[in-house]
Amino acid sequence: MDIVSDQQSKKIHPYKFTLWVALASILMMFAGMTSAYIVKSNQAGWHDVVMPKIFWISTVAILCSSLTMQMTLRSFKQRAMQQYRLLLATTFILGIVFIVFQCIGFLHLWNQQHVTLKGSGAGQFLYVIFGLHVVHVLGGVIALMIIFFKEFFGRVKVFSAAPLEVATTYWHFVDALWIYLLIFFLWVG
Amino acid sequence: MDAMHAHPGVVSAHEVFPSEAEHHAHHHKQSFITKYIFSQDHKTISKQFLITGIIWAIIGGLFSVLFRLQLGFPGQAFPILETVFGKWAPGGEIKPEFYYALITMHGTILVFFVLTAGLSGTFSNFLIPLQVGARDMASPFLNMLSYWFFFLASIVMMSSLFIQTGPAAGGWTVYPPLSALHEASEGSKLGMDLWIVSIALFVVSILLGGLNYVSTILNLRTKGMSMTRMPLTIWAFFFTAIMGIVTFPVLLSGLILLFFDRNLGTSFYLSDIVINGQILPNEGGSAILFQHLFWFLGHPEVYIVIMPAMGIVSEILSVNSRKPIFGYMAMVGSLFAITILSTLVWAHHMFVTGMNPLLGSIFALLTLLIAVPSAIKVFNWLTTIWRGNIRFTPAMLFAIGFVSLFISGGLTGIFVGNATLDIQLHDTMFIIAHFHLVMGVAAFFGMFAGLYHWFPKMFGRYMNPTIGYIHFWVTLIGAYLIFWPMHYQGLAGMPRRYLDKSPWVSFNQFGELDKMISVVTIIVFVVQLMFVFNFFYSIFKGRKVTSENPWKANTLEWTTPINPGHGNWTGEIPEVHRWAYDYGKDGKDFIPQTEPVGVNEKIER
Repeated sequence: MDIVSDQQSKKIHPYKFTLWVALASILMMFAGMTSAYIVKSNQAGWHDVVMPKIFWISTVAILCSSLTMQMTLRSFKQRAMQQYRLLLATTFILGIVFIVFQCIGFLHLWNQQHVTLKGSGAGQFLYVIFGLHVVHVLGGVIALMIIFFKEFFGRVKVFSAAPLEVATTYWHFVDALWIYLLIFFLWVG
Repeated sequence: MDAMHAHPGVVSAHEVFPSEAEHHAHHHKQSFITKYIFSQDHKTISKQFLITGIIWAIIGGLFSVLFRLQLGFPGQAFPILETVFGKWAPGGEIKPEFYYALITMHGTILVFFVLTAGLSGTFSNFLIPLQVGARDMASPFLNMLSYWFFFLASIVMMSSLFIQTGPAAGGWTVYPPLSALHEASEGSKLGMDLWIVSIALFVVSILLGGLNYVSTILNLRTKGMSMTRMPLTIWAFFFTAIMGIVTFPVLLSGLILLFFDRNLGTSFYLSDIVINGQILPNEGGSAILFQHLFWFLGHPEVYIVIMPAMGIVSEILSVNSRKPIFGYMAMVGSLFAITILSTLVWAHHMFVTGMNPLLGSIFALLTLLIAVPSAIKVFNWLTTIWRGNIRFTPAMLFAIGFVSLFISGGLTGIFVGNATLDIQLHDTMFIIAHFHLVMGVAAFFGMFAGLYHWFPKMFGRYMNPTIGYIHFWVTLIGAYLIFWPMHYQGLAGMPRRYLDKSPWVSFNQFGELDKMISVVTIIVFVVQLMFVFNFFYSIFKGRKVTSENPWKANTLEWTTPINPGHGNWTGEIPEVHRWAYDYGKDGKDFIPQTEPVGVNEKIER
């Protein structure tokens, strides 16, 4: 009594599909934010900010993490479990590194450039938009943590790659989202 | 089961397909809690949405009775109000702050909690798996979370009604700067923060639900159920879910910025404000920005409300006319057209903000274009019942009533869709009349139609039809008596949102009319309570359903047992061989979707 009938089982896994729809919705949220930015930036009283250099380091971190995430998935599919665990942990750490460097970037902006939450310029938008992005990366990090602990402490051995594939797609998504946001801020800002 | 994390979209570490819920149903005895409270069965979740929605509808409806008392009888004291509401109605007269909170909460509750969660949540959950032939949703766990996020949102909103400064008061659209400044009014204090938190939770609920609806429809259809064989209900739920997924996140963005403005000192929406003689430091913000973000959801939201009703009505009209739906593909196409257009017209709510006239005329044009798919739908409904063998069940009456209200309310949409006319009519009662008929009462009629029609499937019993008929006629006549006169008030320039219009000589002429409207409102409200009684009484004492297919309908939900368990079908999931609308074909009254195509039979699709 499988929920998925024979005819349907060749199609994309429902969870993966669900994720794609969810990504569309997250994208709309950031589209809303960046449109608001564009509208505001054409009005009086707009203040630009200089993007702290530290964000380039976090960019490198998240790009590397996408790579290791993809390798994690590959080694899981090849059942190279030792390598898989190592790569999963690396991705996890790179995710944390990204979040930490983002926070350092915020602090730099706050302390060095004296951009606080007062006002309504690029800086305030940066805090809100990048902050929301960090929350989404955090979601991915927690997902990885759960996969990791299930692997070690779960009573049932996981053989299906579907959960990991879902996590991988999501991870690449937040990576791509970051690249979009970075380019957006450099270009429009 | 599944692990769920900080973000709604992420699902992980679940090695099997969601059939695990199935196995639970078969191998473990379910406790009361897993069966009725933290249930993952889409049918139970649907009933949870429904009953929560009914509770909200009673509260939201009661609020309208209260502010109608004020509008119909300004200056008159109702001592009972002071007894119940204390300082909000000193001497039995509604305080301005109370009035404002009432209309705000009436709008919020009815639009979001009743007509979005209560309508879409109930019927999408109930009908999607049953009508596409699936045992449950793509992710029953996320589906359960969807309800519990709605429940949390409800608790937060409900609690805001009881705090000292009262709930949010600034209109359901919560426009800044009023909503962004604590010191602006009582209703902009804690109540507004709770409003934002509640709606944020609500958005999460809608997204989790919508994700499930879309992936269930696209992935879990039974064998033979091609997209073009789906009942129109499913198409409507499908497009509704897509609209919700695309537009609600934008509202969330807007609310996050609003929250920052309120509590963290930013000025996204605030600029050059003097309050109580004090100049605020906020600079550079734009209140109009919020309106754009709000209405990018706000306009599709009215279609999110009306489209499930359209789907339900299409199905019920066809079943009870014993005729195929007229123009099936045109119906699907018009739903699609409405979905696309709905995201391109939001600024018609903002004609009075002093927007560029060129921009205004583009939005007016796109708005008026919606009349085309809407008219297609109306004509198709009328041609569906034309010369049908109509059974006037309560469900059918409400479905016909829906069409009537949709026409009456829709036609005035052509008035207010024009920027030139809208600038005159925008802040008048005309708008109240327009949207209540077209998306308020009409959507309620769709919901009632669906409830009377699928109640036998939900609870294995019928609702009392006599109370149903009384319910229908009083509600239909009442709705017209309440909202029809408001058009004239609006044309005469009578403003909406005003606490007391009696000081104006030009509006005094409507004093008696307002009294009549208020009295009818009370009568209609009491009749809705009668419906609620009928609903709960029938769950336990209604006449029992004795056959699997009491309405002789074609769709798959009527092939399940009278009281289906979790998993819906006891044996194999039935295979589908035809579309859902083979009524009165080849000398047969109806041919269910599961019936194989005859040797020489020509099928529609």
